[in-house]
Amino acid sequence: MSFPWANEYTPSHPVMKWVDEKLPLPRFVYNAVGAGYPVPRNLNYFWNFGVLAGFCLVLQIVTGVILAMHYAPNALVAFDSTEHIMRDVNWGWMLRYAHANGASAFFVVVYLHIFRGFFFGSYKAPREMIWLLGVVIFLLMMATAFMGYVLPWGQMSFWGAKVITGLFGAIPVIGEPLQIWLLGGYAPDNASLNRFFSLHFLLPFVIAAVVILHIWALHIPGSSNPTGVEVKTESDTVPFHPYYTAKDGFGLGVFLILYCAMLFFLPNALGHPDNYIPANPMSTPAHIVPEWYFWPFYAILRAFTADFLFFPAKLMGVLAMFSAILVWFFLPWLDNSPVRSGHFRPLFRKFFYVLMLDVLVLGYCGGAPAAEPYVMISQIATAYYFLHFLVILPIVSSIEKPEPLPYSITEAVLGSDDKAALKPAS
Amino acid sequence: MTRLIGILVGLFFTVAVLWAFVTGAANYIAEPPAATAEHEFHRHPKELHLSSDGPFGTFDKQQLQRGFQVYKEVCSACHSLNHVAFRDLAALGYSEPEVKAIAAGFQVPGVDPNTGEETLRPGTPTDYFPKPYPNDIAARAANNNAVPPDLSLMAKARHNGPAYIYSLLTGFQDQPAELLKEFPEAKTPTGLHYNPYFANLNLAMAPPLTTTDQVSYGDGTKATVDQMAQDVSAFLLWTAEPKLEKRRQTGWPVLGFLLFATVLAYLAKQQVWADKKGKKG
Ligand code: HEC
Ligand code: HEM
Repeated sequence: MSFPWANEYTPSHPVMKWVDEKLPLPRFVYNAVGAGYPVPRNLNYFWNFGVLAGFCLVLQIVTGVILAMHYAPNALVAFDSTEHIMRDVNWGWMLRYAHANGASAFFVVVYLHIFRGFFFGSYKAPREMIWLLGVVIFLLMMATAFMGYVLPWGQMSFWGAKVITGLFGAIPVIGEPLQIWLLGGYAPDNASLNRFFSLHFLLPFVIAAVVILHIWALHIPGSSNPTGVEVKTESDTVPFHPYYTAKDGFGLGVFLILYCAMLFFLPNALGHPDNYIPANPMSTPAHIVPEWYFWPFYAILRAFTADFLFFPAKLMGVLAMFSAILVWFFLPWLDNSPVRSGHFRPLFRKFFYVLMLDVLVLGYCGGAPAAEPYVMISQIATAYYFLHFLVILPIVSSIEKPEPLPYSITEAVLGSDDKAALKPAS
Repeated sequence: MTRLIGILVGLFFTVAVLWAFVTGAANYIAEPPAATAEHEFHRHPKELHLSSDGPFGTFDKQQLQRGFQVYKEVCSACHSLNHVAFRDLAALGYSEPEVKAIAAGFQVPGVDPNTGEETLRPGTPTDYFPKPYPNDIAARAANNNAVPPDLSLMAKARHNGPAYIYSLLTGFQDQPAELLKEFPEAKTPTGLHYNPYFANLNLAMAPPLTTTDQVSYGDGTKATVDQMAQDVSAFLLWTAEPKLEKRRQTGWPVLGFLLFATVLAYLAKQQVWADKKGKKG
């Protein structure tokens, strides 16, 4: 992998030299996030979000492991044990708020990371595998977040679990046995809580493993960039360290300021008040809503209110909700424009902005009660969502005339690139 | 091929959801949803200003003590406070002997050291507030078939919690005549009490605060119904978020440090990139 001009690792300290000979781990790190990884010189701040996502994952694992030392996964005491963390464990309130708001921050960051990919065509060859692994990570994140939300065993925990596992019941024939098997009973109970805790502890480490594959796959072609033009010569790149370590450090600072402002001053703003009521199977909350990061998909689920052909409404909703994410897997093949970056795709760009608006509308409707006008609005927005990915994107990418691309990254940054004209890429 | 299948799948979902839209719209026009009394007469909480408001706010301990007195003398007859122990009351400014005396004033479940039988004994600071009813069935039996909810987390378990509690306690009233005219079937059932701040307008709690000086405050504050309601709301915010002050006191230095570190990180980044500036920079 990498480019011929990448810096070579030359340990100066004898200890590092000794380690590097026995196990080339220092070399590996140097080539992955050190001066040995050449990166396009023109990345904008949207390229910060990958590193921030990695930071969030570590943050969630660290706070989560400590919370697990005090939490009791038993339906009788789970709610009380979270309150024990909030009141009696030293700095427990901070850990819990850090973990709960950390999940939200993680999703903010990952959504921006994904939308960066949509706009700049990061999913296109030769980066399909990075993208596919990314979608796998996203699915794992959703599962993890869902099961984590069940653990405090409040009203929304319980009823959220009931609604989401109930979706499996919509599958013909095997649906109901499957749902009972997943829950370990007919409704969420101690058995469900225990398995959710176990899986919620496990999955972040699975995510970490997939992240390693994601970055491994990234280092084969190297990062793309806002022009979408591939690296041609050495003058197109800078070593990751110190250039992007410095830029990522600044980005991390900005992120932490926003995150800590939430954590210390508005820790419950993104949560639902009902989750401060202990789970009660006998009392259904007026509005069952998931956490905000599921709202767009929840809106799609609820948009299918009428049976269609042989498909009952509920099954359609479930199919649509899962398909809304699964279509991302096919993105590299649905969009076959040779131009990556939305900067040079006038028609694509307009539809991209409509999609962003559409997702916000879906999110808003997903958090609102299942009543008019929200249902009708979410139906129109759902229609656009599927049209965008499955119909508009394939058609636009064949009919659109892209704007002229810069010759190289260097030209895009400096205005001219004499060297690149003389020395073609190896 | 992928794109052809994609277009077909896309059209399938689009048509299905538009079909749902058309059916829904037709239903909506045929039978517009009927207006409900809850929808028309429910009110959002009144404004409540507490000293703990805002990012610099701190608790008014005097007020919390008054609120605690209201809880103890009125609400505790029906409502538990499961997550609060007597020792926690030290945060309201009570001294150690005072906390001991308060605890000893409550009877908590215990075990007779001689016979092993379950009995009641005076509380100690490590005990939690005792529950008013032995179980939900007893609670329902005494309260028109409703269980008085635990109050420890009430201020976080409702939107705009403290203002909601305050509004609920001061919001009991007769059913408006227009309501009965418009929705004759929505008459408050016997045993329930009309309150426009409650989600479905009628609740099983009788107005708990009804007369001035129902509680006699030691600090000279006049115990009007409005004052008692404010005080107990402030107290319940404390029971729900006892670490509120510590949280903010921690937050400010953290933000200050991060701001400083981020400025440094920005300068470092500018320095590192100085030789790579493009035509824009
Ligand atoms: C005579 C018993 C009784 C007393 C005394 C009492 N309550 Fe209640 N309270 C109830 C009952 C019963 C309910 C449940 C009402 C329902 O769900 O219909 C309730 C419900 C509540 C609710 C929840 C309303 C909601 O949104 O679900 C709050 C808040 C509340 N009480 C606060 C107080 C406060 C504060 C006091 C003391 C000033 C107090 N109560 C005194 C019986 C009582
Ligand atoms: C735990 C979650 C994730 C972590 C830690 C992570 C980490 C990273 C990192 C460090 C990079 C390189 C820096 C950058 O380009 O921003 C990257 C690139 C990328 N990621 Fe992720 N990622 C995560 C989730 C996702 C998801 C959910 C997707 C898509 C569905 C995705 C798609 C991509 C793509 C396409 C690239 C290459 C971008 C380019 O070079 O232009 N990632 N990721």
